[in-house]
Amino acid sequence: MKTLKITNSNSIRRATRRWGLFFLGPVTAAFFIGFIWPFVQGIWLSLCRFKTISNAKFIGLDNYAKAFQDVGFRHAFWYTALFAVVSLVLINVLAFAVAYALTQGIKGSNLYRTVFFMPNLIGGIVLGYIWSMIFDGILSWWSTSILLESKYGFWGLIILMCWQQIGYMMIIYIAGLQNVPGEMLEAARIDGATRWQTLFKVTIPNVMPSITICMFLSLTNGFKLFDQNLALTGGQPFIIQPGGATIKTTEMLALNIFNTFNASGGSSQGVAQAKAVIFFVLVAGLGLAQLGYTRKREVQQ
Amino acid sequence: MNKKSLSAEARRKTTLSVVLAVICVIYVLPVVAVVINSFKLNTFVKTDTFALPTGEMYAGFANFIKGMTFGNYPFVKSVIYSVVITLLSTALILLCTSMAAWYIARVNSLFCKALYFLCVFSMVVPFQMVMFTLSKTANSLHLNTPWTIPVIYLGFGAGLAIFMFVGFVKSIPLEIEEAAAIDGCGPMRTYFSVVVPMLKPTMVSVGILEIMWVWNDFLLPYLVLDKNLYRTIPIHIQYLKGSYGTVDLGATMALILLSIIPVIVFYLTCQKHIIKGVAAGAVKG
Repeated sequence: MKTLKITNSNSIRRATRRWGLFFLGPVTAAFFIGFIWPFVQGIWLSLCRFKTISNAKFIGLDNYAKAFQDVGFRHAFWYTALFAVVSLVLINVLAFAVAYALTQGIKGSNLYRTVFFMPNLIGGIVLGYIWSMIFDGILSWWSTSILLESKYGFWGLIILMCWQQIGYMMIIYIAGLQNVPGEMLEAARIDGATRWQTLFKVTIPNVMPSITICMFLSLTNGFKLFDQNLALTGGQPFIIQPGGATIKTTEMLALNIFNTFNASGGSSQGVAQAKAVIFFVLVAGLGLAQLGYTRKREVQQ
Repeated sequence: MNKKSLSAEARRKTTLSVVLAVICVIYVLPVVAVVINSFKLNTFVKTDTFALPTGEMYAGFANFIKGMTFGNYPFVKSVIYSVVITLLSTALILLCTSMAAWYIARVNSLFCKALYFLCVFSMVVPFQMVMFTLSKTANSLHLNTPWTIPVIYLGFGAGLAIFMFVGFVKSIPLEIEEAAAIDGCGPMRTYFSVVVPMLKPTMVSVGILEIMWVWNDFLLPYLVLDKNLYRTIPIHIQYLKGSYGTVDLGATMALILLSIIPVIVFYLTCQKHIIKGVAAGAVKG
């Protein structure tokens, strides 16, 4: 009986295999056009000087050197890093608090959950526009604007991102909190643990997988942020340095790369592509490092 | 539990409820601000953002009519393009990636493994890495119309969809497909009549994630589409924002309101599926 079964599934596998072109063809072709080819070409072009792709000339690591020397890019890096860390902490603490509150069996929990998640459905550009109206409305009482001071731009973007992301992370935390074994919580209560002790010694270690995912998500989201940044301040206010270089004080990495591509003349496109490769290494590396670190601290079941 | 701690518990719950209700109201305020200002005359949007549109501030539905032809581009066209691109892309992604994922999970040849690895890898690559070369490639292949851009979405968005589908297919017992094969189903029929019905819940999750992504996406269509002819809603709004100060803010808010309403209706009707889909797709980086 057993041998028969193996022959069977093998013959099915062989029969299926012949249909490879039909099942894999469309995705492979599109994946090649939409990802693999642009990715490979992108790495190659970061090592070239070019105005159009067809006359690219290999120049080694020059573009990378220029990218690291760019004051605006370095500013964007530190600005993005600060933003990512601040938003990571705020979003996760608040989202966890809300998720914890919503799993206490309060009346109307479903309604609150619905409302908190709602901003996720609205796109970044539209969100940026809505919030720039609100911030300008508030700041007009002091006759200023979000475009006039970089600290307004920073905290404005933080508020916007909290408003949008808390609901998303809350969903993941709620799923995690509902999986904490009830008998563990009861055991803690019988042993006389206080509410805070139960939270820190029982609940949080048990939702560590959710915390891993959420921290990973909010960190990479912070680094990759583009739409909201473009729509809320677009990098304003600008500071012109004594040397003539302009620093866009609220410009984040993704927007800096975008602006470098669009810079006049088109001679900076090689540098922009080099920045994009640096950006990719940063985002991929950070995500993996953080994932590895938090995985170690998860409770072994 | 004695009476005293019971009432303490009740008090704690009441406090929590009140705090949550307050946060809830704050959460809705930005949307309320959009509604209020969409009925307000332009000059008052900046000076009296949070006042109700009463008396001399009231512009009424004139804002909505005015917004329709804003930026020398009919808003209705953006809506149609957004709908076309979102529906076509989502349908194409669901069909092609589920087929590929089933094949990858079942055949598992060296090519399948390589493709799967590349898909997972593509999930950690930010769009900025490929945006320049991708827009050039799309242009040279004439993929820059709303009817062809779904191919680009399929290519760049395949990673997450394949990842989720492969995970699910692996959990389906092989015996069902073996039974179908013994009954005379070829791979085509096995896939469409046996596997697809079982994939439905995952299809809903993936579909929701793709709809949310494509509908709100700004940069990809901005770089790929011919912007003089085709503008999606986010592109259109960004164009209006670009002419900040010269544009009628009240009418812009009217447009934003119009573009949010379908999203909120969609959310309220499919809420359960949306939240489930988001939780399932949380692996995305």
